[in-house]
Amino acid sequence: MNAPDAEIVQFDNVGLRYGTGKEALTDISFTLYPGRFYFLTGASGAGKTSLLKLLYLAQRPSRGLIRMFGTDAITLPRERLPGFRRRLGVVFQDFRLVQHLSAFDNVALPLRVAGVAEREITKPVDEMLDWVGLADRRHARPATLSGGEQQRVAIARAVIARPDMLVADEPTGNVDPDMALKLLRLFESLNRLGTTVVVATHDVHLIQKVPDSLIMRLDKGRLSDPTGALRFPPRRTSTPTEPVLSAAPKDSRGDGQGGPPLGFATK
Amino acid sequence: MNAAALFGRSREGEPGLLPDPRLGSPMPWVIAIVIALTVIAAASGLGLRNAGAHASADLNGGITVQIVSAAPAARNRQADAALAVLRRLPDVADAQRVDQSQLESLLEPWLGTRPGDTIDDLPIPALIDVRLRAPATPDRVSALQTALAGVAPAARVDAQAAWLTPVFRAIATLQWLAGGLIALLTVATIAAVVLAARAALVNQRETIEIVHMLGGTDAQIARVFQRTAAMEAAAGGTIGLIAGVVAIVVLSAQFSALGSGMASGAALGWLDWVVIAAIPLCGVALAVLTARLTVLSALRRML
Ligand SMILES: Nc1ncnc2c1ncn2[C@@H]1O[C@H](COP(=O)(O)OP(=O)(O)OP(=O)(O)O)[C@@H](O)[C@H]1O
Ligand SMILES: [Mg+2]
Repeated sequence: MNAPDAEIVQFDNVGLRYGTGKEALTDISFTLYPGRFYFLTGASGAGKTSLLKLLYLAQRPSRGLIRMFGTDAITLPRERLPGFRRRLGVVFQDFRLVQHLSAFDNVALPLRVAGVAEREITKPVDEMLDWVGLADRRHARPATLSGGEQQRVAIARAVIARPDMLVADEPTGNVDPDMALKLLRLFESLNRLGTTVVVATHDVHLIQKVPDSLIMRLDKGRLSDPTGALRFPPRRTSTPTEPVLSAAPKDSRGDGQGGPPLGFATK
Repeated sequence: MNAAALFGRSREGEPGLLPDPRLGSPMPWVIAIVIALTVIAAASGLGLRNAGAHASADLNGGITVQIVSAAPAARNRQADAALAVLRRLPDVADAQRVDQSQLESLLEPWLGTRPGDTIDDLPIPALIDVRLRAPATPDRVSALQTALAGVAPAARVDAQAAWLTPVFRAIATLQWLAGGLIALLTVATIAAVVLAARAALVNQRETIEIVHMLGGTDAQIARVFQRTAAMEAAAGGTIGLIAGVVAIVVLSAQFSALGSGMASGAALGWLDWVVIAAIPLCGVALAVLTARLTVLSALRRML
């Protein structure tokens, strides 16, 4: 598939304008490489969600070029969108849980959409709910969950199918610091399995917890590049390959807790 | 339509993706009414066709020869002569004089008899019932007329079917009417399903967007709506079929009470019943197809 440093996403002079207003995003150019961990920061209204929407193919840009998984994403025919979206895991800022489905069914949704057999769904979904601390809430509807609980369901749903790229919009905005760290570990584990992770956040502490991460900063719709890492493949201390992958299901950090249940893959 | 499990677990252990998009509670009832009306219209059309076919088979080769003469003696003579000629013609399969006394007793209730009246004095025509080997076309009728002209100048030859021509015309018109009605009911079904599916799509928009975002295909989403359309149309179709069949049975019982040969000729054959039983199935297929096309075309407008 991708050569080690072939880009997974490439934006070239992308602009986005909602309706006839001023551009929400201007001249956005960057490259994301597979297996890296990116943070996207910026003030409220800077355009983080807008950029992520382009990234998870919920929005087409008004101008510019976007390549994803080696294909022009702008001229992508409609019938190929589902295939692309199944390679993505998305944590929406507003969660976007299906209201009439239980927590379990919401988390199972990506697997069902991908046609995974029902008997192969129960175990990983239960394990994932357990990991995000919702084992006893598996039958609850989203409306009866707290904001933080809904957010954890949304995260579980985004990672359950082990996507090639995880896009998370303020994924820890509604949880306490301990849970935020635990969720971050989930993302890191996924990242070590090879998933490219993009997390939009205001939380500086969170960013500091991931030493290898790369930072993209948005300011009034323009991208700045404080680490200078967006144009060129950045150096990385650990390589996201074999040793980590085999260690992933177990605890690879030695802090006494079991690793997240990412043994499942739809691929 | 009611959309229930697009994506909850649904029947047959198949995981739902959307809640069943219940197309709205009126859907099955609209379908039931449409199917009942279609069943009645189809049964009427088929019955009329049978009645027409039955009557024309009966009458096709039938010819009536009337000897219209006031003088009973001349009438009888000409009738005998005509009968002799007719029996010799190769086209004629059978020719029978309608018994005069039988005719008289038929007419008696209308004409009445008083003591002293002699019905023989009345100018009742002699009738000969002729069966041809082939349909009584106008050519054959006039050939007979010519053949009889010499021996029975008072003979009038009529194809029996000709009496019924207006009836046949009416039957044909009614059959067209039934066909037109079925076409209109088909349009009504499509319209009902389109409206219901659109409403369900609006209700389910949020969920559909989420499913799209998770990589769900239009076909997967459409399938949920198709399944619901099938279930609701099947429920409505069953009710409609039962109601329609009850109506047919009651109607045909009343028609056969008329005792007319035409009405008994309208009886439905087993093939007709197969056609009628297929109506709800066609309704289900139509509903499923309509729901699919409606949903797919609406989804195509979403990203
Ligand atoms: N659907 C929309 N229609 C019109 N304008 C929009 C829409 N979505 C976002 N905007 C505008 O685009 C700009 C960027 O919004 P965006 O949601 O991307 O910001 P953000 O960085 O995610 O903010 P926050 O941190 O508060 O989530 C804002 O000015 C916002 O008002
Ligand atoms: Mg945002």
